Amino acid sequence: MSDSVITEELNSLLNVDFGPEVYEIENGMLRRFAEAIEDTNPRWLREAPPTFAAALVPKALLNRLFNADIPLKRLLNGSSELEYLDPVRAGDTISVTARLTRLRQVAGAEGPTLFMFTEMTYTNQLGEVVIKGRNTYIKY
Amino acid sequence: MPKQLYYEDIQEGSEIPALVKYPTTMQLVKYAGASGDFYQIHYDKDFALASGLPGVIVHGWLTLAFLGQMVTDWIGGEGSLVKLSGSYRGMNQVHEDIICNGKVTKKYVEDGVSLARLEIWAENPRGDKTVTGTAVVALPSH
Repeated sequence: MSDSVITEELNSLLNVDFGPEVYEIENGMLRRFAEAIEDTNPRWLREAPPTFAAALVPKALLNRLFNADIPLKRLLNGSSELEYLDPVRAGDTISVTARLTRLRQVAGAEGPTLFMFTEMTYTNQLGEVVIKGRNTYIKY
Repeated sequence: MPKQLYYEDIQEGSEIPALVKYPTTMQLVKYAGASGDFYQIHYDKDFALASGLPGVIVHGWLTLAFLGQMVTDWIGGEGSLVKLSGSYRGMNQVHEDIICNGKVTKKYVEDGVSLARLEIWAENPRGDKTVTGTAVVALPSH
């Protein structure tokens, strides 16, 4: 096992809420997203398609995670999980909060690999949680 | 639009009609713009090669979007997606098919809502499963 790549800087981010970052959901955003994924279902003219949460990026946390000063520079997305409590619609204002919940280092074939587990909460203008998300990022 | 799917129409083991997508570099650029994910491995071939990748690779989230489309096409306008997840196990490259598949693993009623749990996966043309995941959908009942 090589040395730990989990620095004090990364550890200091654990279980800290970042955000909220606020996104106003416009018709054009939904249309551009549906066009980009090439899903022509008319439902997505009024309602956000399932993976639209990917566009509501919790930048404050991700910038800290992706730019952390560690020897692993390459990044991959490991997994995504979304739970839908209410549809996101054009006209909604969505606030995104994010936290790093766990860090795990494993010995990979090409050296150490770091898994960073995150949780996101998407809340609408009425204060209702509309989506809960989890995402795993991999640095290697 | 296809006809509405009802809870009574499905059984454990029922297969979801496959959806085949063919992402191009242009689509990845559009997706980068729409999602805000501008990581260069998804559109800059030199950067991707220097990162040890075989070339530009498809955003994991985009493949999950294709799986989401397969599911929402199948459940129709009165169905709703409750959960969607995917693990990115392999890389999909541009200019080759991504074949989306799924099947029902469980059907059940919870708090009066008719639900189905699905196993979903995406394959490349060589039959490698590049994304595996699950979904839960709510369906109307007769």
